[in-house]
Amino acid sequence: MKNKDKFIIAKKNYSSRLIVGTGKYKSMTECAKAIKISGADIVTVAVRRVNISDKNKPLLMDYINPKKITYLPNTAGCFSSDEALRTLRLAREIGGWKLVKLEVLGDKKTLFPDAIETLKSTEVLTKEGFKVMVYCNDDPLMAKRLENAGACAIMPLAAPIGSGLGIQNKINLKIIRNQTKLPVIVDAGIGQASDATQAMELGCDGVLINTAIAKAKRPYEMAEAMKYAVISGRKSFLSGRIDPNLFGSASTTNNGII
Amino acid sequence: MKKKNKIKITVNGKQTIINSNFSLKNLVDKLEIPLNKIAIEYNREIIDKKKLKKILLSKNDKVEIVHFIGGG
Repeated sequence: MKNKDKFIIAKKNYSSRLIVGTGKYKSMTECAKAIKISGADIVTVAVRRVNISDKNKPLLMDYINPKKITYLPNTAGCFSSDEALRTLRLAREIGGWKLVKLEVLGDKKTLFPDAIETLKSTEVLTKEGFKVMVYCNDDPLMAKRLENAGACAIMPLAAPIGSGLGIQNKINLKIIRNQTKLPVIVDAGIGQASDATQAMELGCDGVLINTAIAKAKRPYEMAEAMKYAVISGRKSFLSGRIDPNLFGSASTTNNGII
Repeated sequence: MKKKNKIKITVNGKQTIINSNFSLKNLVDKLEIPLNKIAIEYNREIIDKKKLKKILLSKNDKVEIVHFIGGG
């Protein structure tokens, strides 16, 4: 069973169900080490202007080799479809990336996604040949629309980005998981290892974590905790848990009792 | 020796003075940016990196040079 448990996104198989972000670390060195410990083989990256006045500024690609780990360009900071499209077209030009993470935000305070702009962007990007993993709210109807628009993975939030609040709506995540054939990856809101496990136990296919690792007091330990949390949650989900029961059921037989 | 003509363009939001006969390729070389790690937008149009030599810069052009940084 476990050998057949594949994590496939856009027809490609990945070994880890944990995707990690590369933002908010103290340094590139810390970021690279945490990623290695996490075991992730996909990392999200952002597109920004090159600092033309400081040529010696370290470049992400010098620390995290895009030939060894899958870069997943995102649209962090984009508040409209136009900005998101511009960003991802540029990302593709950097090195041919087609697998992308689309996030179009609608509110600066909550960082909730703008569903309409997100849907519009998904349609355009899919037509242009991108494989679009879409950040969205935990709304099953919207998730369905994104799937119909051609998304290759649905990435509902657990709670606002960077909040660490954990999974706020288990039921919706479960409905989203059950209604689609696409991979469902919980993106945003994870705070601790048990949140990641819970996402996996709901049947989700993966989790994306950035802040919870990068801003933990000890990021390397948290990266390791998240690695095992995801593995543990997945195994727990696949192993067929017992039915919950209101009353006790003794673990030891009464036969031979003295 | 005759002084070369200079022009003003905007690179990543900053006014930059370059030689008037510069191509996009000359600009990238001058800035010492590794081509395989960037993408270039020229007056809002994304440019195929193989064609940088063919694009000659003019006064007031806007160039954006982007790369990947850490992000979630």
